[in-house]
Amino acid sequence: MNPRRKKRLAIVGSILIGIGVVAGLVLYALSQNIDLFFTPSEITQGKKETGLMPSLGQRIRIGGLVVPGSVSRDPESLKVSFKLSDMTMPIIFKDSDPMVTVYYEGILPDLFREGQGIVANGTLTEHPPTGLSIEASEVLAKHDENYMPAELAEAAGQKHDKATYSEKQLESKKTNSY
Amino acid sequence: MWKWLHPYANPEVSYHFTNKLLPWLSALAAIFLSIGLVWALLFAPADYQQGHSFRIFYIHVPAASLSMGIYVSMAIAAFSSLVWQLKLADASAAAMAPVGAAFTAIALITGAAWGKPMWGTWWIWDARLTSELILLFLYLGVIALHNAFEDKNLAGKAAGILTLVGVINIPIIKYSVEWWNTLHQGSTVSKLGKPSMSLDMLWPFIFCFIGFSLLVGVIICLRFRNEILARNSIRPWVRELVQQNTVK
Repeated sequence: MNPRRKKRLAIVGSILIGIGVVAGLVLYALSQNIDLFFTPSEITQGKKETGLMPSLGQRIRIGGLVVPGSVSRDPESLKVSFKLSDMTMPIIFKDSDPMVTVYYEGILPDLFREGQGIVANGTLTEHPPTGLSIEASEVLAKHDENYMPAELAEAAGQKHDKATYSEKQLESKKTNSY
Repeated sequence: MWKWLHPYANPEVSYHFTNKLLPWLSALAAIFLSIGLVWALLFAPADYQQGHSFRIFYIHVPAASLSMGIYVSMAIAAFSSLVWQLKLADASAAAMAPVGAAFTAIALITGAAWGKPMWGTWWIWDARLTSELILLFLYLGVIALHNAFEDKNLAGKAAGILTLVGVINIPIIKYSVEWWNTLHQGSTVSKLGKPSMSLDMLWPFIFCFIGFSLLVGVIICLRFRNEILARNSIRPWVRELVQQNTVK
């Protein structure tokens, strides 16, 4: 390689390395803010590295798995509450896991079910019987990267049924102005 | 290897080479895409929880990974143009940018259309979606710079520097779903170990992916050929070519 090309290679190479280092440092500094949501354990115990904890009344997003058996739906209206626990692999639910209850009024996404990953957006409050909870204004479903034909899923003991709504429940939404 | 590559630095040789390559690439792209898309959209089994909506996967995922792939090839071209001052490398980078931008847009649009029924929202500012949007802006910036200068060498240099700076975004897009909490799910196919998909869903994906990659190859070859002609329009061989074609 002739000296001029070598010089250009050195310049371009050092620019690339410099940008890489800068971007790495910026992302490292911002890593707390890039997370889309808090996990239930981060809400109850604070973030692992920094101990940062959301305060009561703060508007936050929470992400976790819907604890089986925790979903309770009001038969008269669209009010629903459920508990979320951390997404850990393998998925095992224990009563001792940190959990946060989510209260929501509205139609749930089609993918909502027990054991499903959910991201909810709302204010952090404290409800006397359940402890820390989120008054959610939006519930989004987070699905995983696994895709399966229905027959295979059934054989593996996984099934998905959409939440259904009665006339009465849907009626309550129209009369209930937010 | 360099000896073998050297003739292709000549625009005329490259032009004839792409000419010869094009019919093969187009035929293969047509075969793979028609098999892959029909298989994926009509015959692949539906997902157990997403049902038929899951089929958008077969367009969304190839578009998204190609949007990153094209960017990396554009960056390699920009790098060799900056270091070795290959004029043809600039031409190929200019040919790739709009194709990459189109595939980024396809990935974003199909992703939004998939997100609405499945997640419950068209858009969310999570790390994966935001970094892919930045990729679109990078492509648009590169296209704008290529067109901003009368002098094509200067334009290639400016666009090349932006391309190289933007390369840092590629690993961020790729690993965003692992480094941070996102609404977007992790990768299904491109991960170590077994893909998280049954084989009768994976095979149509492989066909679709190869098909779309070949399609990108075809479009880039067409655009590259055009760039060569536009940039060498005063050369005798281009004039001869034009005359031959107009006489007929």
